[in-house]
Amino acid sequence: MNAKRTDFLATVIINLIVAAVVGILVFLLAYILISGLPHVSWTFLTGTTDAFSGAGGIGVQLFNSFYLLVLTMLISIPISLGAGIYLAEYAKDNWRTSLIRSAIEVLSSLPSVVVGLFGFLLFVVKFKIGFSVISGAIALTFFNLPLLTRNIEESLSAVSRSQREAGLSLGLSKWKTEIGIILPVALPGIVTGIVLSAGRVFGEAAALIYTAGQSAPVTNFADWNPMDAASPLNPFRPAETLAVHIWKVNTEGLATNAAQLSAAASAVLIIAVLLFNLGARLLGNFLYRRVTASK
Amino acid sequence: MEQTNFQLKQQKTQSNDWSARLHHATRATREDWLGKGISYLCIGVIILVVASMLWFITSKGIATFTQNHVSLGKFLTGTDWAPDQGKIGALPMIVGSFAVTFAAAIVATPFAVGTAIFMTEISPNKGRKLLQPVIELLVGIPSVVYGFIGLAVVVPFMRSVVGGSGFGIISATFVLFVMVLPTITSMTVDSLRAVPRHFKEASLALGATRWQTVSRVILRSATPGILTAVIFGMARAFGEALAVQMVIGNAAIMPKNLISPASTLTSQLTTGIGDTIDGTLPNNALWSLALILLLMSLFFNALVRVIAKRGQLKHER
Amino acid sequence: MLKQYSFDETAVQTFDDSTSLAMKTENLQVFYGANHAMHDANLAFPKNQITALIGASGSGKSTYLRSLNRMNDGIATVTGKIWYHQVDINEPTVNIYEIRRHIGMVFQRPNPFAKSIRENIVYALRANGLKDKAELEERVEKSLRGAALWDEVKDSLDKSALSLSGGQQQRLCIARSIAMEPDVLLLDEPCSALDPISTVKVEETLLELQKKYTIIIVTHNMQQAARVSSQCAFFHLGHVMEYTSTGNMFSNPQIPVTQDYIAGSFG
Repeated sequence: MNAKRTDFLATVIINLIVAAVVGILVFLLAYILISGLPHVSWTFLTGTTDAFSGAGGIGVQLFNSFYLLVLTMLISIPISLGAGIYLAEYAKDNWRTSLIRSAIEVLSSLPSVVVGLFGFLLFVVKFKIGFSVISGAIALTFFNLPLLTRNIEESLSAVSRSQREAGLSLGLSKWKTEIGIILPVALPGIVTGIVLSAGRVFGEAAALIYTAGQSAPVTNFADWNPMDAASPLNPFRPAETLAVHIWKVNTEGLATNAAQLSAAASAVLIIAVLLFNLGARLLGNFLYRRVTASK
Repeated sequence: MEQTNFQLKQQKTQSNDWSARLHHATRATREDWLGKGISYLCIGVIILVVASMLWFITSKGIATFTQNHVSLGKFLTGTDWAPDQGKIGALPMIVGSFAVTFAAAIVATPFAVGTAIFMTEISPNKGRKLLQPVIELLVGIPSVVYGFIGLAVVVPFMRSVVGGSGFGIISATFVLFVMVLPTITSMTVDSLRAVPRHFKEASLALGATRWQTVSRVILRSATPGILTAVIFGMARAFGEALAVQMVIGNAAIMPKNLISPASTLTSQLTTGIGDTIDGTLPNNALWSLALILLLMSLFFNALVRVIAKRGQLKHER
Repeated sequence: MLKQYSFDETAVQTFDDSTSLAMKTENLQVFYGANHAMHDANLAFPKNQITALIGASGSGKSTYLRSLNRMNDGIATVTGKIWYHQVDINEPTVNIYEIRRHIGMVFQRPNPFAKSIRENIVYALRANGLKDKAELEERVEKSLRGAALWDEVKDSLDKSALSLSGGQQQRLCIARSIAMEPDVLLLDEPCSALDPISTVKVEETLLELQKKYTIIIVTHNMQQAARVSSQCAFFHLGHVMEYTSTGNMFSNPQIPVTQDYIAGSFG
């Protein structure tokens, strides 16, 4: 009888815990969307920020976030692809490989603020590039590389060994087999991982405060020459992103409507991250069906 | 030396020198060299990044002691933090960081384990359809958003309940609790799923109730995994910067209670590093804080390895 | 209980110089780490014939076969000599990719690429530098005809190979191998995952193919060995015990272990 009562009690408690966890998420989303969405408007999404108070629109920040994301992905995808292929195909099971894996593990567990400080030290202090898009993108790459590498390695390793044997038995090189045969099969998993990591990169702020900087100089969206100082594509201009903007407004902003501003910006950020998550799933499933030819 | 590798036709005619043909390098061999080169280069870049990160932060972090001749003991035990006046006692930040980390882990672990038990033992179906997305969304929310909600909801709430400014360790704990919850939960789920089915079946067959089975069989055999999950959660909490910095109040003084402004290593770093000049004592002192963060991250990493190794040994026996 | 047989009592046939051989192994040994999986295999394979390698599972027949085109590289240590056109292709300096183009392989489970039927055949050809479209098309048709698959798939060459049935997939794998125009075709239990009707089709294909290729096939199915092969080698626990013509092997095995295996007392 006693055991049964304990069992019942435990079940009740666990159900309450689960309800609380779900409740927390619902509250978080509801709070952000309800308090933020009413302030999201076209002018907010495209307008410029008042440099002194931090009030105004988030057009430049939104652009910066996407620009940094694209640059980060352009740098980190090829590197992690090569590294993932190394681990899945070339790495032997020895102490050197386990050292490499530990190094990747260490990189992935470093706090993003430490990664950001390293970027700051290297690009801003040592190389004197200053707060810039490119410094930010490389810092984000450091932060992104270990996860992406692991994801790519896992996706490649999950492809059946018989596919590798098929390629090799036809006289294809290991490299060609990996790129031409294995990679297409592993693509759904890899793409899902890339899009998910894009969501993470999009919301990251700590690594950017001292690399991409905390100011969003007004840029001339009619000038697409990356060499021009005012061009939005110039990789050497400082670029406050949306996530950094939210932090900035909340900690140092002088805007009277800081709470509204950050609620609205948070809502936009959350929606973007949700879209990345959803997109990862849909794209992954779609590619999976294409690759396996199942309808 | 322009030759295509596809010589099947030629081979039929000039079939005598097989040794040369089977030994000479072809497109495939060159491809393999290239492929090896590319992938070794990529992994090399990552290793270089990690190595230089460790090197730079370490060399910057020890400058406080080697160049400014501050004693390590004073740094670690001193309680006065005013670097521009030469006072660099880092204890307030160290205590702050550990306090929020442990508090968050202590609060989050029961929630995480409970949720994981629900997902694996009570209702796997609801677990997959409802809780899995919940966990993924919680992971996906950026830390500045957590910080903002902490600032907009938790801090005012604390202010009205316990008085004071609302900023402090307890608010940071609340925010971190939600942030580490998904990490601990999803890893706990993995370790519960890894418990062999027959353990559970044997226990149920002996007439144990579900809770007896869960608490005495499943949780016990998943303990190393759950411990690892908690450590990962703690590592995340220890390294979290912005969300904590936004709600803790950033007062570099020894925390006397949970409800007055305090600071952590990360919060001090984010607020301070931009205001100091490279090479000066205040700057070096901040890098020393960063070094502590780095070392702690390495420590958590090593701890996870030790537990994993122990767990493995147990299974092998 | 498995009876103990002496590994010294073997009956392995050799060939004189008049037989034209496609391949030959001398003292071939295979080690998986400390596990000695293949002991001193001395076998020669006459050109344009089908040789079957039979034996119980774990007898080392697949291990032996995979050594012949160096598919064991990086998996096991292979010592001894493998002669192919007077070249020892077991030497580390040999270009293994060239070897595999001349000595093709079909595996136990059909493993077509996750690509279209046509692409399955032309992918490796193109990777080897054959760019001419007409030539590629010709190879597709020729190899699919060779594998007796053409009539079934000629109207759906752009469909995914994974949409084919298991038997069709396996014949596609054979077609993919012969599209490379190899000398020797190695088959590792090619029918073990197939239904009886598909098996018959594959066997018919092999009988047709031996006119152009030397075929070495591993099988655990003695009827299959009897139906398709002209030479037969019996493997037992990592040793080649008997090697002779298929007729002899099944009607008049020489040593006790072969007799017992053929009679079905183990395996």
